[in-house]
Amino acid sequence: MASWLTPRHTLTERQSRSLLLLSFSVPLLLWSLISYVPFIWHPNVEVTDPGDVGYFKVGMSLEQEAFAKERDKVVASGGIAPEGIAVNPIYLPAPHKVATAFYTAFTTEPKRRSEQWLHESLWHSITIIFWGFSLSSIFGIPLGVICGTYAVASRMSEPFVEFFRYFPAPAFGALAVAVLGIHDAPKITIIFIGTFFQQVLVVANTTRKLDMSLVEAAMTLGAGRAQLLFRVVVPGILPDLYRDARILLGWAWTYLIVAELIGASSGITWFITQQARYQNFDNVFAAIMMIGFIGLSTDIVLGKLGNVMFRWQKAA
Amino acid sequence: MNYKEFEHQSYLQQSDEVKQRFTAIKQRDVLLDVKHLGKNFEGANGTIKALQDVSFQVHRREFITVIGPSGCGKSTLVRLLAGLETASGGVVELSGEPVVDPGPGRGMVFQGYTLFPWLTVKRNIMFGLQMQGLSDANAEGEALQWIDLIGLDRFAEHYPHQLSGGMKQRVAIARALATRPKILLMDEPFGALDAQTRAKMQRYLLEIWRNIDITIIFITHDLDEAIYLADRILVLDAHPGRVHDFIEVPVPRPRHPAQTADPTFVALKQHIESIIHPVETGDEDDLNLIRLTRVGDDV
Repeated sequence: MASWLTPRHTLTERQSRSLLLLSFSVPLLLWSLISYVPFIWHPNVEVTDPGDVGYFKVGMSLEQEAFAKERDKVVASGGIAPEGIAVNPIYLPAPHKVATAFYTAFTTEPKRRSEQWLHESLWHSITIIFWGFSLSSIFGIPLGVICGTYAVASRMSEPFVEFFRYFPAPAFGALAVAVLGIHDAPKITIIFIGTFFQQVLVVANTTRKLDMSLVEAAMTLGAGRAQLLFRVVVPGILPDLYRDARILLGWAWTYLIVAELIGASSGITWFITQQARYQNFDNVFAAIMMIGFIGLSTDIVLGKLGNVMFRWQKAA
Repeated sequence: MNYKEFEHQSYLQQSDEVKQRFTAIKQRDVLLDVKHLGKNFEGANGTIKALQDVSFQVHRREFITVIGPSGCGKSTLVRLLAGLETASGGVVELSGEPVVDPGPGRGMVFQGYTLFPWLTVKRNIMFGLQMQGLSDANAEGEALQWIDLIGLDRFAEHYPHQLSGGMKQRVAIARALATRPKILLMDEPFGALDAQTRAKMQRYLLEIWRNIDITIIFITHDLDEAIYLADRILVLDAHPGRVHDFIEVPVPRPRHPAQTADPTFVALKQHIESIIHPVETGDEDDLNLIRLTRVGDDV
């Protein structure tokens, strides 16, 4: 046990596997406890038999205090007491309900013709992320590399970028809609603004971390200026750029929710708000988790791909 | 053995064979001419003089080692020769041409190997050749010959992280020599290696040097290494870095590890030792011995 507290202590394959399992099963266990053990939390009562209470209906959910008050009133006046079971509020669905919703959300037809199926919403969100992140990377990565390589470029652009990145990207929502209309363009713009300025600074810092002696070695071997940039700096930082991109892609997802709320609501955010309005909280939870799964699985795939692409790196 | 025993043996005493060798060397062209070289660094506490009025000449195919106490500007000197730093005063001339920026005329080997980790051994050696405009096919042909020469045939397609320190440094030497520089600058190249590998690399470097037309300037802080390898040793003083002496090594060639026990070798070593580490007289580096607990031999 003491050795686990040694900084950077390495775990065996089996240990890290069981810890991985634990990291997911602990939250799930807590959620199950709250959902399935009747005496933990369960602040509401779901009516199973309305008895003589006029406005009670089977399936209705209300706070325990209110239920007890009505029951006492009815009992005092000689009527039949209502019966009910302890339940959690509607906004905390049990794990099995969310699990079911994972499937049914895809098979449930939209309530209105104009509305989208879940998979259509998801796909739309993914395209928004793709375009916002790609556009940001096309401009941000080269600018970052140049800032990290040449002091002149760094002094000329980084102070402004540093200033601009403190502007909250969602604050540009109304402006983006006014300029670009209500459809996808302003949403892509929000993701672009949210990602681009961070990206320039992160990439510039990554570039600056390249071992200067590699550049010097290349100079003594006769490399010219362009060759230093394209044959030494760029290949030297490529694995780190790739890692930065993975982290920034995660940030792009957090901007998605705001981006999709501006203008015409769309994508997975639209699905979530719509389902919350219908009080289908199992669908809401399923959709939120879906974003988590998409994010996690993309990152795992990109991580594995990175290991294949950058085989020249020491195994971390 | 102490210094007294060797007092009769001048560290400069050369056998006829060695004398002849130096006469021959002096008749060769002057390849590197360093004239009144100075370098200042602007620090937070004012100007630091790293090098002051350093002048010396190196003949073609000479093997020079540079040694001196820490802070004598050894590394600064070699970086100036490579063109990686700009001099504050004076000039460096290579075959009469002033050195202003780094270029393929001067190969450099760093202590930290500095192989490109994303390139295989073969492609690392090809790098300089490609920079000179050689076609990939020609560069590859040349690189393979060098790989053969350094005995790493089986590792041509390996990446640097898969090699040992000694192998990495062999690749770095081959990479620097592949562009056929006139001079090879080495900044404590074997400093990070263990003693055994280091001895192997020293023999190995001498072997390469014997077989190709290359002049070597080799920085080290290891006295044995400095004497074992060199024709002449440039001894520097510190604060500011100046030339203290430029000593002709009287140990005959070809060198062999057993020569480190030769009287000439030992005498020279003790002489340089006395320059680099003079008898301390109340220096600020002295330990405050009073504060140490006295411990007997029978702890």
